[in-house]
Amino acid sequence: MQSKENILEVNHLKINFKTYAGTVKAIRDVSFNLKKGETLAIVGESGSGKTVTTRSIMGLLANNAVVAGGNVLFHGQDVLKMSQRELENLRGAKIAQIFQDPMTSLDPTMRIGRQIAEPLMVHKGVKKAKAMAQALEMMKLVGITDAENRINDYPHQFSGGMRQRIVIAIALINYPEILIADEPTTALDVTIQAQILDLMRELQDKIETSIIFITHDLGVVAGMADRVAVMYAGKIVEFGTVDEIFYNPKHPYTWGLLSSMPTLDTNGDELPSIPGTPPDLLDPPKGDAFAARNSYALKIDTEKEPPFFKVSDTHYAATWLLHPDAPKVTPPEQIIERQKKFAKMQQQLEDKKLHHKVEETEEQP
Amino acid sequence: MELDNAKKVLEVSHLKQYFNMGKKDEVKAVDDISFDIYEGETFGLVGESGSGKTTAGRAIIHLYQPTSGSIKFNGQEIVGLKDHKKMQQFRRDMQMIFQDPYASLNPRMKVKDIVAEGIDINHLAKNDDDRSKQVADLLATVGLNRDHASRYPHEFSGGQRQRIGIARALAVQPKFIIADEPISALDVSIQAQVVNLLKKLQRERKLTYLFIAHDLSMVKYISDRIGVLHYGRMLEVGTSDEVYNHPLHDYTRSLLSAVPVPDPEYERTRTQIKYDPKYEDGSKKRELVEIVPHHFVQCSQDEIPMYQERAKEMGLSVRA
Repeated sequence: MQSKENILEVNHLKINFKTYAGTVKAIRDVSFNLKKGETLAIVGESGSGKTVTTRSIMGLLANNAVVAGGNVLFHGQDVLKMSQRELENLRGAKIAQIFQDPMTSLDPTMRIGRQIAEPLMVHKGVKKAKAMAQALEMMKLVGITDAENRINDYPHQFSGGMRQRIVIAIALINYPEILIADEPTTALDVTIQAQILDLMRELQDKIETSIIFITHDLGVVAGMADRVAVMYAGKIVEFGTVDEIFYNPKHPYTWGLLSSMPTLDTNGDELPSIPGTPPDLLDPPKGDAFAARNSYALKIDTEKEPPFFKVSDTHYAATWLLHPDAPKVTPPEQIIERQKKFAKMQQQLEDKKLHHKVEETEEQP
Repeated sequence: MELDNAKKVLEVSHLKQYFNMGKKDEVKAVDDISFDIYEGETFGLVGESGSGKTTAGRAIIHLYQPTSGSIKFNGQEIVGLKDHKKMQQFRRDMQMIFQDPYASLNPRMKVKDIVAEGIDINHLAKNDDDRSKQVADLLATVGLNRDHASRYPHEFSGGQRQRIGIARALAVQPKFIIADEPISALDVSIQAQVVNLLKKLQRERKLTYLFIAHDLSMVKYISDRIGVLHYGRMLEVGTSDEVYNHPLHDYTRSLLSAVPVPDPEYERTRTQIKYDPKYEDGSKKRELVEIVPHHFVQCSQDEIPMYQERAKEMGLSVRA
């Protein structure tokens, strides 16, 4: 995956919202990239800026939003500087989005076949008959049963899960290079969620699209993501491969998130929880925004914002705990268990590598 | 908990809640469910949307008039209860926490009036000072401070609002609380706080909970026993460890296999079990049968051996 090119680069993005109460600093210096064919999950609670980040990629920011710095490069071209027309050519063709609520993201007065075909007709100038035929293909691909007879139905005639399939069909009909999925399964039941996630994985293999997956459900992230970015108060606080984030997390916020979610094996009287509430971004605190809720906070956290410290080539975390001079702390019990698993996996990987090397040297004369 | 000697607080038997009866669009939201809740325990009701879990909760607290069946609270029959005094006592003893903390608090009322509404109705305060003191105590109990009393709901975050909802429920000193998806609308980091608060209150005040939710991991964590609802029917009832570790009904197995787990390695190998509703088709009369001690499955007489076999395969001792 590392060798693949970046199709999207977000560099030092800063977005403010002007409100009556003052300027809300919603995105405070966010950088990440997206490679071809991978799934990047952005995790964080409401208000952490995950949705605003993806809206800026789509050029869908609200009128009171101000880009205070940074850029969003799609194949090297800055999306934030594009004209309306250029954006229209991008949206729905090269970058598509699945929204959270399948009940409100479809047009209730339009037959679904037409809705699925519309992006083709608008962006590629495909004639209606041909577009409808492709829409039918797409409906079959996303698993809508009896597609021939249902192509002329209206959204209200479908269940929530089926509607989300329709939304996915609309998003994918132009084979977009990037699919942004903003909490695509949050409104669905677990059994339906499992089906939709399977479908997304399957379709990603078929059409090689890159996915930005926004969610607060770490269980879903574990099953979907190649890489994970954890956001807090308008910043990315930790990013790495899915294994690095789940088995070797370094940021106390990631620790808190992972341990406050009970798994089916969790027992005991008290669930580890993160105390307090996220800070008000009208007036972000000095230093590390998470410091007030962080039981591992150091003195420097209240004074200076931590930079990213490198954990591995793919894994970075913004916490002073990684500074060479920082005191050693013991993470929560659940995290130690996870780290043990990580160490075991690394060992297995090393063994395999060693094994390969031995074989290679043996082959050489 | 020792189930054999435990006291039953709530006995629900053959509860039915139909809507639009006799019309074309009749809905059997709750269709003949029976279960008991023991004193001091948390009973979790899980199911997908449309399974009837919320309707069941609302019928039990008498927000609906049940179509038929019986609900006994501390031995007192509630369905069709005419005695005004007894009804008011029941309404005091059983309280509810609602799902949406944004919709369940009156935006025009101050927090102190929201919390004290039940106190006023039931004349539980001797005078104004006593009322203010009770409100302040309640706010302290749920982790808010007394300054919050004179504010309006919009000034609070979701987690704080849910705390206000809990304080309101506690105001009339209930014995039983129905919590209908109390944490679904909250952020992950806040969910754990509210769950811990509910658990603490249960210990301190010896409360009994009916906890309704669709988040299976959270229900497992908070509940002593669990009932699985599907299409308005109760398919499986047992202790939470039993139901999660040794599910007997196909539907429970399928539901559990769909829960995403925050463990990438596990997720890579997880396979979802497809559900075939053949043991639910309504062709036979099915009732909850105790297969393993305290572990019930909805089945017909001729299906009992099959479930007994399943239980044996998992190494459980089957009830004769």
